[in-house]
Amino acid sequence: MTMLQAVLLTIITASTPLLLAAVGELVVERAGVLNLGVEGMMAAGAMAAFAAGHYTGNPWAGVLAGALAGMIMVLPFAFLTQTLATNQVATGLALTLLGLGLSGLLGESFVGQPGVRLPRLHVPGLSDIPFIGPVVFSHDILVYASFALVAAVAWFLFGTRAGLILRAIGVNHAAAHALGYPVIKVRYAAILFGGALAGLAGAYLSLSYTPQWIENMTAGRGWIALALVVFATWRPLRVLGGAYLFGAVWIMGLYVQAAGFGVPSQLLTALPYIVTIVALVIISRNRTLTLTNTPASIGIPFVPDR
Amino acid sequence: MRKWKILAAAAALAMSAGLAHAADKFKAGFIYVGPIGDHGWSYQHNQGRLAVNKALGDAVQTTYLEKVGEGADAERALERLVRAGNKIIFATSFGYMETVLKVAKRHPEVKFEHATGYKRAANVATYSSRFYQGRYIIGQIAAKMSKKGMAGYIASFPIPEVVRGINAFLLGAQSVNPDFKLKVVWVNSWYDPGKEADAAKVLISQGADILTQHTDSSAPMQVAEEKGIHAFGQASDMIKFGPHAQLTAIIDNWGPYYVKRVKAAMDGTWKSTDTWGGLAEGMVVMAPYTNMPEDVKKMAEATQAAIKAGKLNPFAGPIYDQSGKLRAKKGEALDEGTLLGMNWYVKGVDDKLPK
Repeated sequence: MTMLQAVLLTIITASTPLLLAAVGELVVERAGVLNLGVEGMMAAGAMAAFAAGHYTGNPWAGVLAGALAGMIMVLPFAFLTQTLATNQVATGLALTLLGLGLSGLLGESFVGQPGVRLPRLHVPGLSDIPFIGPVVFSHDILVYASFALVAAVAWFLFGTRAGLILRAIGVNHAAAHALGYPVIKVRYAAILFGGALAGLAGAYLSLSYTPQWIENMTAGRGWIALALVVFATWRPLRVLGGAYLFGAVWIMGLYVQAAGFGVPSQLLTALPYIVTIVALVIISRNRTLTLTNTPASIGIPFVPDR
Repeated sequence: MRKWKILAAAAALAMSAGLAHAADKFKAGFIYVGPIGDHGWSYQHNQGRLAVNKALGDAVQTTYLEKVGEGADAERALERLVRAGNKIIFATSFGYMETVLKVAKRHPEVKFEHATGYKRAANVATYSSRFYQGRYIIGQIAAKMSKKGMAGYIASFPIPEVVRGINAFLLGAQSVNPDFKLKVVWVNSWYDPGKEADAAKVLISQGADILTQHTDSSAPMQVAEEKGIHAFGQASDMIKFGPHAQLTAIIDNWGPYYVKRVKAAMDGTWKSTDTWGGLAEGMVVMAPYTNMPEDVKKMAEATQAAIKAGKLNPFAGPIYDQSGKLRAKKGEALDEGTLLGMNWYVKGVDDKLPK
């Protein structure tokens, strides 16, 4: 395996969970809801995916369980913030704490158990092409799913009427409501979608990245995904770029260290954050464009007045 | 539903324990910095607590508080354990040091034990473990088993304990192969399975065919298993994650110490001491030597026996540091103070120590 090939493979693995969670959160925020519970849903997804894989021996059951766990975890958040119109920031933070705590409690018996691994794709012919085969055609399904989801979300948001409605609700929920659009229902759907994707991101961690379950194994990735959405100014392709930029700088930092150049490791650890923020701020420097992309109703509870 | 029943049962049990048996049981408390489900540092301390339960049975009642933050949280946790009637309290992280001393001053009748610290008082003892002895052994094994003569080391934070481990590992390896190379990657975390796995992959692609780590998750072991190379477990036996990869593991074994100290507190012979135990005291235990030829295993066992008997000191001279300066002459060894504050690499480490 060549060095470049190894680098690319590690970058793809490191970026996929961020991308999955961030694309989900992007849809939620586009609908005008701020869900800070990504980290908690991710942890719950990772635990559930591991447990399902462990009991059934089937990694596909794990993928399904991860997505379902994310959706189940986010239901109370949806009910509280949409039906009862609670503060989204506080409720989201509570969701993070709940997800981390609950997954630790329920997952205690799985600690130290080896898990099942999601199989990697092998396309006869294509996967055997030197270099391109391993880098492009030999990943597990969730890696391809993350790209497909970016494309699907981009098409849905900017190419369909339903996407337009969702964005309209995110920009001005009162106006959307006045036009007769079901603000709360759409937001419920968006929140559940975000939960499913955060759960999938967790499933990727416990089925592919490091096939095991340990408490807190998300290690802050949910927060990184959240930040990516904002810095990418709620644009799907920028989220893709941001996630991969972050993953690339993160992995390159490790390579630079192992090569022994003597760059302080603390700086290299901080670098992915700095580079990603700077890059996304620069590409988003057009203020008018940024403002048109900002879901103006984000975080504001909506109570229909009738 | 089942969870609720368990919770209710636990609450009932706690109440009955508090009312009925408060007088007749000796109470020992523990605070952990991480979750007991980390399968690493806090997990092993909890195993030590369970060993106390097993050894002393009904005579003691142990309680623990996990995920206790270092600082104000720790003070509340310690006060709570004191008020609950614990007569000996183990604080199992370096960062609890000042808090332990503060709380201990207010409660002279309670004995405190602080792990890896260096400040003591009349009712505060300290204890730590000479993990570096195990590192020396695995260094020797690595030098024998590596085909490329290069190992990869996944390190957490540049503190003396970690640097000491890196140096001991390389000194062990150099005792077998003087040209042995060591690459180090700092992940700046004790615990991030994903990043540890990334670091493992990076080290492998740069030519390391043996991995060792001073971080807590078993992710690097899994990577080693997948890539068909060898690795050493850390803190606990990781053979389940690397049935073909694990050569051995350095296990933290706090049980014997905890049993001894609780017993001493019970019969009134407890004194404030500073314990730095290793293989000889049973605080460092090597997991079975696996996946290696018989001669390597024999060598490892011989080294282990020699360290245990005090015949071999991993930090015996001559030792040169990275700049080529002689730190310990032949026939001498580095003193304990130097070991405790170690902030330099021995010759041969392919890395610059982060400051």
